[in-house]
Amino acid sequence: MIEAVGLTKRYGDKTAVYNLSFQVRPGAVTGFLGPNGSGKSTTMRMILGLDNPTAGHVTIGGHPYRRLPNAARHVGALLDAKAVHGGRSARNHLLSLAQLSGIPARRVDEVLGVVGLQDVARRRSKGFSLGMGQRLGIAAALLGDPQVLLFDEPVNGLDPEGIHWVRNLMKALAAEGRTVFVSSHLMSEMALTADHLIVIGRGQLLSDMSVKDFISANSADFARVRTPDTEPQLREKLTSALTEVGGNVLPEQDGALRVTGLPLPRISDIAHDTGVRLWELSPHQASLEEAYMRMTQGAVDYRSTDDRKAGLQQPLPPGAQPPMPVPGQGQPDWYAPPPPQQGGRPFAAPQGAPGQAPAGPYGAQAAPGAGPGGQQAANPYAAQQPPAAPGAPQPPEAPAAAPAQPSGAPAPLPASAPVTDPTKPEDAR
Amino acid sequence: MAAAQVVRSEWTKIRSVASTVWTLGLAVVVTIALGMLISALSKSQFDDMSREDRFTFDPTFISFAGTSLGQLAMIVFGVLVVGNEYSSGMIRNSLAAVPRRGAFLAGKIMVATALALVVSMITSFAAFFLGQAMLGDLKASIGDPGVLRAVIGGGLYMTLIAMFSMGVAAMLRSPMLSLGILMPFFFLISNILGSVPATEKVGRFLPDQAGSRIMQVVTPLDDDVPYGPWGGLGIMALWVVAALVGGYAVLKRRDA
Repeated sequence: MIEAVGLTKRYGDKTAVYNLSFQVRPGAVTGFLGPNGSGKSTTMRMILGLDNPTAGHVTIGGHPYRRLPNAARHVGALLDAKAVHGGRSARNHLLSLAQLSGIPARRVDEVLGVVGLQDVARRRSKGFSLGMGQRLGIAAALLGDPQVLLFDEPVNGLDPEGIHWVRNLMKALAAEGRTVFVSSHLMSEMALTADHLIVIGRGQLLSDMSVKDFISANSADFARVRTPDTEPQLREKLTSALTEVGGNVLPEQDGALRVTGLPLPRISDIAHDTGVRLWELSPHQASLEEAYMRMTQGAVDYRSTDDRKAGLQQPLPPGAQPPMPVPGQGQPDWYAPPPPQQGGRPFAAPQGAPGQAPAGPYGAQAAPGAGPGGQQAANPYAAQQPPAAPGAPQPPEAPAAAPAQPSGAPAPLPASAPVTDPTKPEDAR
Repeated sequence: MAAAQVVRSEWTKIRSVASTVWTLGLAVVVTIALGMLISALSKSQFDDMSREDRFTFDPTFISFAGTSLGQLAMIVFGVLVVGNEYSSGMIRNSLAAVPRRGAFLAGKIMVATALALVVSMITSFAAFFLGQAMLGDLKASIGDPGVLRAVIGGGLYMTLIAMFSMGVAAMLRSPMLSLGILMPFFFLISNILGSVPATEKVGRFLPDQAGSRIMQVVTPLDDDVPYGPWGGLGIMALWVVAALVGGYAVLKRRDA
């Protein structure tokens, strides 16, 4: 059992971890998710007593790590796969760590076999691939047969077979009643491995719940509805009809509608009643990856901006249209809002009004009609630049306060808040 | 118990890395070979020396002439033993296994020092006897007054240099930075400070200048150094203690 209470770490004026409180229980794999630079590794180092917290404390089994009796036999950790002297063989590396913890040398050969490195045990680790380094690091963590295991990004650099192996290893360790704490920035990986999820962004807690709860809270079903492309007024008609009966409607990139809160037969009935023909009505499920991205998008430190290729772009031949935008690139807030009506939103929506986000690309998409001369103005990214980008026109609907500092507290927003007037994107067309 | 574990582990670390083994070997070879070369040269030049030089000729000290270069290899050894932990990131693994940082550093320095002491003593005796062999009829005998003290002192000097380097590397936490400071300091700056009249009186309190006094048997004529052979080694030991305490304080206080 790992318990953090109000854990805070500042480096100078940069706060790496702020007021982080959580518990990691035995018998389960607990995933520790967050974007790069969100404070995962700092937290891991504080758990291991390597870094001193600025405030708060973290204990393992009730003791601070540095006062843990026989720490190395109790806790095993993989922090950095490259933290090996390149001139030392894998076996000697493990042997020195085993001797440091009073572990017999034959255990070294055991763990080398467990991670599959027995054939390269006497080779210098300088020539190891990242995947082999990860295996060596995992071997080091397993040395003391510890009850508490910490792994920082263990699947980085592993091949699919290795990822599969790590996944099963984590589950097996947890099934033996051990405490397993695994960090990752890949939601997809954690969804398969972890039983419980702790999500942080910018060093603050965003979510702490079981994977099951996370899935039901964040990836509700939705219906994709497509009306005839040729008659845009039908789409508006259907949108208002669906909204009237309590459905949430969001336009998608390609002109379809994403409807939540209404079962498929009901949508079909309403479409029939309002005299709108449907080209598509299909059930879908939002992915966990998407839910995670939505949760952390306000807390991402390193975000790519649109590559404008200033001065490099060839003038388009007359009549040609600029290429379609690639979803996601340079457009931080295109993710659909969380499904409403899930009873109590577990985290603060990083974007105050994500429902409005698609307005930009749609509004801009109409612009190519302005002609090849208006290329700069027609840039579909222009309205989508993050507010920080110099010179980029600020989207008028950009939420000013909410996104920068997502608070750990439950969202003060009412359930209906994320979905603003659904007709608005339509107006923008 | 914990101390014994650290000692065993550190011994594995030292012997399993080629660089630490090589630097120690280099220290032995350079010190002995250069000492022999300069001893042989001194013998052939003896008749051309001035009367004072011949009068204060110190065959023991001449045979330790290789120390000035051999100590650089000892510095590299000391720096690598501690600094490798930081450059490789191994320090996190080590401190996670031994949360008591004082015990970890003490064990590490104990092992490296013991090894350095053995190697230095062998080097010192070998340099003396082989150097004397080169000097022919000018040679000193191990039984002469002060000679045994100088030979043992030569081994202690090399050991203390290695320890000083370990302390500095623990303070700076980077082998490159430590070598970048220690190498030019002991190879150039200390010698310059010691030979320029204005800084001579300060320079003689630097670790290497104070410590090397122990290898002298015959004192120069115009000697006004305010300490004797053991006093000089004591001054050097104080420097070593300061560096190790500093290294301990940094390890204790800073995040790993």
